[in-house]
Amino acid sequence: METYTLIVLLLAATIRVATPLLLAALAGLFSERSGVIALGLEGMMLGAAFAAAAASAVTGSVWLGLGAGIATAVALALLLAFAGVTHRGNQVVAGMAVNIMVAGLGPALALAWFNLGGQTPQLEGAGQRFLALTWPWADAARAAPFPGLLYAELLSGHNLVVYFAAALVPFSAWVLYRTRFGLRLRAVGENPSAVDTAGISVTRLRYQAVMISGVLCGVAGTYLSTAASAGFVRDMTAGKGYLALAALIFGKWRPYPTLGACLLFAFTDALATRLQGVALPLVGVIPVQFILALPYVLTVLLLAGFVGTAVAPKAIGAPYAKEK
Amino acid sequence: MEPEAQASAPALELRGIDKRFGPVHANRTVSLSVAAGSIHGLIGENGAGKSTLMNIVYGFHRADAGEIWVRGRRVEIGSPQDAIAAGIGMVHQHFMLVENFTVLENVVLGAEGGRRLAGSLAAARTGLAQLARDYGLDVPLDAIVSELPVGLQQRVEILKALHRGAEILILDEPTAVLTPQEADQLFRMLGRLRAQGKTVILVTHKLREIMAATDRVTVMRQGAIVGEFETRATSPRELAEKMVGRAVLLRVEKAPARPGATLLTVRDLEVRDRLGVARVKGLSFAVRAGEIVGIAGVAGNGQSELLEALAGIRPPSRGEIVLSGRELVREGLDARARHRLGLAHVPEDRLRMGVVAGFSAQDNAILGYHDLPAYRRGPLLDRAAILAGCGKKMAAYDVRPPEPGRRITEFSGGNQQKLVLAREIDSDPRVLLVGQPTRGVDIGAIEFIHRQLVALRDAGKAVLLVSVELDEILGLADRILVMNAGEIVGEVAGADATEEKLGLMMAGVKGEGHA
Amino acid sequence: MSAPAKLPRWAELGLLPAVNLVAALLLSGVIIRLIGESPWAALKLLADGAFGSQEAVGYTLYYATNFIFTGLAVAVAYHAGLFNIGAEGQAYIGGLGTGLVCLWLGAWPFWVVLPLAILAGAVGGAAWAFIPGWLQARRGSHIVITTIMFNFIASAVMTWLLVNILIKPGQQSPESREFAANAFMPGLHTLLGKVGLAFTATPLNLAFLLALAASFLVWLLVWRTRWGYALRVAGQNPAAAVYAGILPPRVTIAAMLLSGALAGSLGLNELMGAQHRILLDFPGGAGFVGIAVALMGRNHPVGIFLAAVLFGALMQGGSQLSFDMPRVNRDMVVVIQGLVILFCGALENVARVPLAALLARLRGEKEAE
Repeated sequence: METYTLIVLLLAATIRVATPLLLAALAGLFSERSGVIALGLEGMMLGAAFAAAAASAVTGSVWLGLGAGIATAVALALLLAFAGVTHRGNQVVAGMAVNIMVAGLGPALALAWFNLGGQTPQLEGAGQRFLALTWPWADAARAAPFPGLLYAELLSGHNLVVYFAAALVPFSAWVLYRTRFGLRLRAVGENPSAVDTAGISVTRLRYQAVMISGVLCGVAGTYLSTAASAGFVRDMTAGKGYLALAALIFGKWRPYPTLGACLLFAFTDALATRLQGVALPLVGVIPVQFILALPYVLTVLLLAGFVGTAVAPKAIGAPYAKEK
Repeated sequence: MEPEAQASAPALELRGIDKRFGPVHANRTVSLSVAAGSIHGLIGENGAGKSTLMNIVYGFHRADAGEIWVRGRRVEIGSPQDAIAAGIGMVHQHFMLVENFTVLENVVLGAEGGRRLAGSLAAARTGLAQLARDYGLDVPLDAIVSELPVGLQQRVEILKALHRGAEILILDEPTAVLTPQEADQLFRMLGRLRAQGKTVILVTHKLREIMAATDRVTVMRQGAIVGEFETRATSPRELAEKMVGRAVLLRVEKAPARPGATLLTVRDLEVRDRLGVARVKGLSFAVRAGEIVGIAGVAGNGQSELLEALAGIRPPSRGEIVLSGRELVREGLDARARHRLGLAHVPEDRLRMGVVAGFSAQDNAILGYHDLPAYRRGPLLDRAAILAGCGKKMAAYDVRPPEPGRRITEFSGGNQQKLVLAREIDSDPRVLLVGQPTRGVDIGAIEFIHRQLVALRDAGKAVLLVSVELDEILGLADRILVMNAGEIVGEVAGADATEEKLGLMMAGVKGEGHA
Repeated sequence: MSAPAKLPRWAELGLLPAVNLVAALLLSGVIIRLIGESPWAALKLLADGAFGSQEAVGYTLYYATNFIFTGLAVAVAYHAGLFNIGAEGQAYIGGLGTGLVCLWLGAWPFWVVLPLAILAGAVGGAAWAFIPGWLQARRGSHIVITTIMFNFIASAVMTWLLVNILIKPGQQSPESREFAANAFMPGLHTLLGKVGLAFTATPLNLAFLLALAASFLVWLLVWRTRWGYALRVAGQNPAAAVYAGILPPRVTIAAMLLSGALAGSLGLNELMGAQHRILLDFPGGAGFVGIAVALMGRNHPVGIFLAAVLFGALMQGGSQLSFDMPRVNRDMVVVIQGLVILFCGALENVARVPLAALLARLRGEKEAE
């Protein structure tokens, strides 16, 4: 009984950790499928986290916070596209630049505006935050371990963004594989010349893709500062943007496998938190750090071709120029 | 604006098309008329401006001047989209396909019709079935493109154009990647297209194809049109003359060769490309001291792979290469080890392989020879020796301007090539491999380079010359091997060779009588 | 649509970075203005804080030392056509090597400890860079991604080691015990004192001179040896490298080893020179600053030195600045770093085209006269 409850709680924690990861990974999916390296996920997310918390604190509306978060991340996405698509700059450098710049800009602006040592004010209540929604009868169902507890903890008890992220997976798959936009997106990441000769603008498509990734990072960042915690703190993405990139690679640039990778990575995170200092039978105490490093190790092994193969979109990272 | 009868108007008319890429004048006021319902050939050597012209028609490049008329109506073509709207389709030399897409997805891309894919795909499936019936263009629609043979991939490109309603179909060097049988199939298909009223423009540098497939043919040379003929009323010989422009044929002064000992022997050499296709199919030949052996052939018949295999850049899949008594393949000698045995190599594509664009002339002058003792001072490179060496080479080979510190890309093509040649000949090789020695080189430099090669021969070295320029082969080679589809299809003594003879052999026609 | 415009060499190496730097600083000024402070006053305070006294200069150069090491690391990889984002992790693991030598052998004479510490740092960093390098060369794994992953893995390994193994017994914060005094890098003020020059005591230490020596060696190696020649050929044109009998995969691995070794030398300055113990996250982002330094310094040791001093000044001046302008603190410095990377790296083509046009016009006018 005890173990069962523990597992359910662990899974519930997994879902919460996975949400921003999934949003960022899907953001990366749109960008990379169009051939633009998504190294700026971390920065876009962090920028959105700051803007959302700041706007929510000032206006008292989490929805305006969401708007500000998305607007900020999209602005950063435009910067990335301007550098990497229009001016054919190095996309890796552009991503790193945005990540580093935002890492400083968030706390600097927070300090200037709120004078709280680089944080935003504590957000309070349903107005300023996305709070967990309790589904009908969830509290009553909790009493019945199965399926009541599952219902109460896994289906119910999350905030809106979690459900949005969950719905986004089939939606992304639908867009990618069932729509004209998706077809062109997949094509431009593989062979931009084919798209160009088919009479479609490569630049326009890539801008669209990068802006979508901005929107999704905006939601992910907003989740971090208004749902997962109650305000912005320095470096609150803590590498989630890079972890999302790893999940995207691990998911072989496809929506459902990426969801799987995000859940796996989130599970290791939740597990590490649970296992902190806990001695397990047979193996003893597993160092938390090793569990936390597992996603990165797995991704390297995958990239090395030791566990399956991950074939990236062929044109990724290469600015498009017509050949003479 | 002119009330011309639409029916009799040419399908495509170009008026005064002019195009420059920087200093290169790619098209010189080209005017061309293509009759509706015909197969029109556009022939010329590499770099004659055919592809540029067609890329302008397809909206990939914009002409500096000139007009495009389609079926009696002037059109502005600024992008492929405009060209598609005007009923023009193009099959590029390098296929513009998304390799991990299905055939159907590739055909639909850019011509989807609606936002949702399911409807577009279903509609396209029906349409393609019709096209397949009309033109005999059967392709498995749900196959992944990368898994199809090249011939079928080309069909996908044709289907793409037809699906977009192309009335004029441009094919740029369509047979470069096809076997002769596949090429014949393609021509039969083009005939069916013509029968249905479509207009086809066939861009090629192969005489045989022009003769086999076209109604009319336009010849281009150095960016300009130099002749137009009814195919029935012309001959390969006449076309070849026009293409090459016999008037400027360069003859090099040289004494008869006095071949000595065999320096390079190739036995049963087979080279496969990345996809495992044999590009060189069991070649055997020898090159002796004091002779220039020319390898003639249309580009893409295995010459590049042969050169790279000999130079140690590309491992052969079978066979032997013997250089002054050593067997290079079995001993696993790489490019540098072969240098030391006296093999030098002027690569075909200078900018891709022969020089490092970001380097100065002097740093390029030691490429491949940077570990020679002459350039070494203790553990360091001897900058003074490198500078002096480059200066000496520049003086001896008349490289202008003689500034070793200048970046290599700031030299003209001819001067770059002279420096590369100087580097390779200066290493005092016993055998020199030369690929396209005068590609992108001005006339003055051509003569100089040719004289150097002859001088090297007269000094008792062996020279293997690969060139797609017939006059270059004719002018320089003492012995000519003709390559077609990875095989040597004939050998002619330099003195007995004529363009006609070589041309026919290059086209794969064997056993032609002596002229 | 054509290839990026060509600039003359002096403009490419001097003018373009300067223009981009000015653009980055101007934008930083706008942000400082937005925050409600005066950019001019901030600049003055910053310059004074970075260069206004011996102490200021000492701190500036102490920070610059870290950036020289990581900047060189990024540059060496760059010349081989590789983008090493992993200098942070390589510095971390390299520093572990240096730190362990100091912990274990700290009782030995300094001049015995020093070479061992240098070696251990280089080996640690090189080992951490070897795996991504090998994976790139032999298995085609994208080195940008693998080096990022290795930063995180290094961080996890080091946290575990510090929390569980190296932690000084009976202590809360995850730090090793202090090194024995023999393993302290002598301060530059001590060294200068020995030759009769007075200099304020600062963390600036012998490692600064080692960084300068490393710069010279890198210059010598990359531009004056056969190995460096092969490195640059493979980095700029792999096909030409194969033609010249150079094996690009081997160059990739060798370049990453050297790159990692340089990054791994950061511990000489940070641990042996300043902290005197191993502690959490001691590279402190210097690996990423190294990217900015290399980009701005055009991957040349001289440029890297200048850029490293600039960033050292930003670090030092920035922390001084925050005393007088609490709103303009280290975070602003990070913003400026990001902007410099953005302008000097990702947006360099933006300024290049108008600059080339301007220079061409100026030259045309001169010829017309």
